[in-house]
Amino acid sequence: MDAALRQIRVRIRGLSLFPTGLRPWHMVSAIVFGVLGIPIAAGLFLTVLPAFGYLPSIGGEALSLDPWCELFHTPGIATSLRITVTTGLVATLLALVLSFSFCAVVHGRMRDRGAESFLAPLLAAPHAAMAIGLAFLIAPSGWLIRLSNPWLTDYTVPPDIASVHDPWGIALVLGLLVKEMPFLLIVILGALNQIPVGQQMRAGRALGYGQGVVWIKIIAPQVYAQIRLPVYVILAFSLSVVDMALILAPGNPPPLSVVALRWFMAPDVTRYLPAAAAAMLQLLVVVAAIGLWRFGEQGVALIGLWWMTRGGRGVTGEPGLKLAAAFAMIGLALGLGSLVTLAIWSFAWRWPFPDALPSTWSLEIWGRQAHTLIWPLANTITLAGLATVASVFLSIAWLETGDRMGRRRQTAVFHPIYIPLLLPQIAFMFGAQVLVLKLRADGTFLAVAWVHLLFVFPYVLLALVDPWKALDPRYARSASALGASPAGTLIRVKLPILLRPILIASAIGFSVSVAQYLPTLFVGGGRLATLTTEAVAMASGGDRRVVGVFAFLQTLLPFTVYLAALIIPRIVFADRRALSGRT
Amino acid sequence: MTNALIIRSTSISVGGKMLVSNLDLVVEPGTVATVMGPSGSGKSTLISFIGGHLDSSFHATGKVLIGSRDITDLPAEQRGIGILFQDDLLFPHLSAGANLAFGLAQSVSGREARRQRVAEALVEADLSGFEERDPATLSGGQRARVALMRTLLAAPKALLLDEPFSKLDSDLRREFRRFVFDRAIVKRLPVLLVTHDASDAEAANGRIVKLAS
Repeated sequence: MDAALRQIRVRIRGLSLFPTGLRPWHMVSAIVFGVLGIPIAAGLFLTVLPAFGYLPSIGGEALSLDPWCELFHTPGIATSLRITVTTGLVATLLALVLSFSFCAVVHGRMRDRGAESFLAPLLAAPHAAMAIGLAFLIAPSGWLIRLSNPWLTDYTVPPDIASVHDPWGIALVLGLLVKEMPFLLIVILGALNQIPVGQQMRAGRALGYGQGVVWIKIIAPQVYAQIRLPVYVILAFSLSVVDMALILAPGNPPPLSVVALRWFMAPDVTRYLPAAAAAMLQLLVVVAAIGLWRFGEQGVALIGLWWMTRGGRGVTGEPGLKLAAAFAMIGLALGLGSLVTLAIWSFAWRWPFPDALPSTWSLEIWGRQAHTLIWPLANTITLAGLATVASVFLSIAWLETGDRMGRRRQTAVFHPIYIPLLLPQIAFMFGAQVLVLKLRADGTFLAVAWVHLLFVFPYVLLALVDPWKALDPRYARSASALGASPAGTLIRVKLPILLRPILIASAIGFSVSVAQYLPTLFVGGGRLATLTTEAVAMASGGDRRVVGVFAFLQTLLPFTVYLAALIIPRIVFADRRALSGRT
Repeated sequence: MTNALIIRSTSISVGGKMLVSNLDLVVEPGTVATVMGPSGSGKSTLISFIGGHLDSSFHATGKVLIGSRDITDLPAEQRGIGILFQDDLLFPHLSAGANLAFGLAQSVSGREARRQRVAEALVEADLSGFEERDPATLSGGQRARVALMRTLLAAPKALLLDEPFSKLDSDLRREFRRFVFDRAIVKRLPVLLVTHDASDAEAANGRIVKLAS
């Protein structure tokens, strides 16, 4: 009888949220792949069809190559393609070289926590806000020229130079660099923690190699092997960025992604067809560029091996590294300067050229804009909240079921869940819009939050994987040896110990959602205004003070959430030294 | 009313490599059996198997019994087997007292009764009044004693020791070893110790099984 009762209890437990066995893993995988895969697959499919002339709603019923002909006969299309490829590749290469050099020079002199705290505002700032701030900084009438004015330059009217929207895309490269470098720095610092840098440096120097050369020949290859995914993500992003391009890149002809966007947004619906072709071309560019990059990697590896085994000790790498690190510093300073510029403009009342600072300050603009700010702000917070909470739940379910399955390789670096980060958004957003229209869900919070999730979830998971795996599995074993159920172990032991990384992953997810432009624009059907869509819409030609208010608030919001993520563990675990995050 | 811990014809292998082959062992209540072997010989794997924590990459056959009750297929939390690891693994988010209360069996009910038992356990560990202390502020020896009390409060039917003395320095080591063995023997628990240290085995004063590397 007793044994029978125990059997029943075991069975009932078997029905709990996370029973042991195969099923929950399969269920969580199915949910994750469904949630991420359906909009992407449908989005791509429903963009490919119009690229070949098939879009019944506007009368395109036969497959043809006409959209492509139209695309390639557009004046300036070759220039668009060239700008896209050069800005994307140059920005990625520069970001990589400068970030690595910066780490080589700074590593060991600065604690990681110190780096994290000064990179935090740059990481949290949405791309659009950063681009707007940079434009306010480097424009002919921007803060840099105002600051340099009477003592270095002598302008009474802004000089006639195209420092923003320049025909080569230099401003765009600068913008990408300023935004991507902090991300790469964090990733590289993380990778350096996995390598015994000090020991290898001693070993290398004992063999007669200079410090700089040891960095380049010994440390760099090991770091690079660990950061390939983030590098590809940056490459794909830089090639296909839309919001930064609208603000910084040349407008006539614009980069390819902007060409596609303009046509998708055109009142003339027949433009959808060449737009879809441009979007597909954008996808091909990204695929080809990643292929080219991999090819380059192999070439560098081959030449590098020859160079390293030659045993040459004569060259010194340090001056080069230091120069590059100095450029990286300038880049970071420009980034912080951009954010400060936004703040100043938002509080300026009168700021005539060429004064270095506003002549009158005021909160007037904030007050006047309050009623236009409030809804975009509420929408932004709601969307980011929904997408972040869902992503954190999914990530925890993913990692926890993985633990129970005893799977250790589940999140290999090139796992399919990171595909959304490698695809150009423009390549499937139109299709995703068509899908939600068919589901009659266009313009709803749920649909927009869903497409945000595609980008929020991979970042949350990336941020959570390492701390989750670093948690000593014997904590969970101790808890179950003390009689705690698997769910109890998760809720009472694992999650509290991991509170800090969970909150930080949430803050990262939140900032990713706040920064989304295209997904909100397309799936929101233009009816869901967020701080980002408003700021981008106003960026060209709007009153700088008003744009400043929107862009500064857009930066402040994720930054506040990030600060909260750092502070909450200190309050909750004020008297728990191991968890409060204080050093 | 305690029973022996019985390991019956147990073999464990990983990736074709045999770690434990056909082990039979009976640990009587109130005695300490020792499994010895160099690192990598599968000592901790054996502990994981008995405790129900074995990774799915391992292949194991054989039975684990407490007295006549076969627990081989039960999940870890229903086996009633306590484990002490090399590290104390006190939960860093809970106070010393809350760590003990986490371990304390549910059969002790009522706030006051549970508080009382935790206080007694702290007295027994020579740590009276340490309820609210952050584990991170305790010394190594203090943490080790809290970890043992936490394990014992769960009222286990057997105790596994996975080299819990190896990180302590020699005086503390001898003292803590005595502390563990005394309490286990008083509670008439079967104890299985794995170690690579001969003095541990000697102090255990029981059967010794050697695993080859």
